[in-house]
Amino acid sequence: MIRSEILREIAPILRDQLVVCNIGIPSQELHAIDDQPSNFYMLGTMGLASSIGLGLALAQPKTVIVIDGDGSVLTNLGTLPTIGNNAPNNYILMIIDNGSYGSTGDQPTYTGKKTDLAGMARAAGCDNVVVVQDVDTGTALQEAIDSGQSTVMVVKCDSGNAKMPVITMDPVIIRDRFMKAVAS
Amino acid sequence: MNIDKKITNDLVANDVSFVTTVPCKQLAGVIDEIDQCEDIFHIPSNKEDEGMGLCAGAWMGGKRPAIIMQNTAIGVTINTLATLTQFYRMPLPMLISYRGELREPVACQVEMAVHTKALLAQLNIPTYHFHHQSDVEEFDNILKYTYMCNKPVAILTDANFWGGYGDQ
Repeated sequence: MIRSEILREIAPILRDQLVVCNIGIPSQELHAIDDQPSNFYMLGTMGLASSIGLGLALAQPKTVIVIDGDGSVLTNLGTLPTIGNNAPNNYILMIIDNGSYGSTGDQPTYTGKKTDLAGMARAAGCDNVVVVQDVDTGTALQEAIDSGQSTVMVVKCDSGNAKMPVITMDPVIIRDRFMKAVAS
Repeated sequence: MNIDKKITNDLVANDVSFVTTVPCKQLAGVIDEIDQCEDIFHIPSNKEDEGMGLCAGAWMGGKRPAIIMQNTAIGVTINTLATLTQFYRMPLPMLISYRGELREPVACQVEMAVHTKALLAQLNIPTYHFHHQSDVEEFDNILKYTYMCNKPVAILTDANFWGGYGDQ
C-alpha cells in the first residue's frame, strides 16, 4: 500500500479526532480524501508536525493524532527526546515510513537503508513504540486511541503518491476552523 | 524586584502558561524562575524551530505560549517564522538574549548580532531592545501587544540589561 491508500482506509477513524498533518502531498491527500475542520494542514515548515501536535496535546485533553513522515521526522530529530520526556497520554505520532521523500520526487531517505526510526524513538525515551505493516494501520491506530497511552507508530508502506490538488484554503481559515474544532 | 522575577510575574499576569526555552548563559536566571513557577508549563526544546512548533500547537490548544532563546536562533527559525507563525497568524512573544552586543566577550557572537535587527526588520517582526534594567517595565505592554495583533514579537535583551557577564 502507498500512503494515500492507508489514509483512505483510516479516514473513518481520523474523522472524529484532532489531526495534525504533515506538509506537502500527505496534507493534499488527506484534504482530498476527507477534509474536516478537525484537520490541521501544514502548508509549509517541513518537520514540525510532531512538535505542533505535541504542543496541542499538552495544552488540552482531546486525543491528537499526528500524521508525519520518515523524511520529516529525520529533519527534526530533536523532536523525539522532547516527545519521549513530555508526551501526554493523548498524543499519537503516526510516522508513515515509506523510505522516501514523497513530496519532492520519491528520493530515498535513510530509513530505507540502515536507519531504524522505531529504535531511535525508543532510545529517545518514547515508551510505546510500535512498528506496523500498512495493511494493519487501522487496527493499530484504533488500539493506540483506545489504549489511552502516548504511542509512536512507525507504519511501513510503499513509496508513492496519489495525484491530488494543492490546498488553496487560506492558512488563517485552516487554523481558525481547527481551533473551533479543538474548543468544541 | 529582580528582572527574572519581574519577567516571570508579567508572563503569569498575562496568562502565558506554556513556555519553551533553548538556554543561554544570560537567560539562566529567568529560565530557572520559569521552571519553578507553578502557573507555567516549561518544556525545553532541542532547537528553536521545534520550540516554535510546540508554541503553535499550544496556542491552538488554548494556551498562551512564549519562547525564550538566543539571537542566533533567528538564523535557525526564519522559515518557521514566515511559513508557520506569520502565515497562520499566530502570536509569539520571543524573549531573546542579544549576544554579541556591548560587553560581549565572545567574538563569534558578534557575527550574528550584526544581522539580528536586519533580519527581524526584513521579516516585519515588531522588535524591542532592552538595554537598561528599567526597560523591563515595557515587558507587560509588549505581551499585551503581541496577543492583540497575533504576530511574533521580538524582545532583544543585551548583556547590559542582564548586568554583564560577571567576571568575564
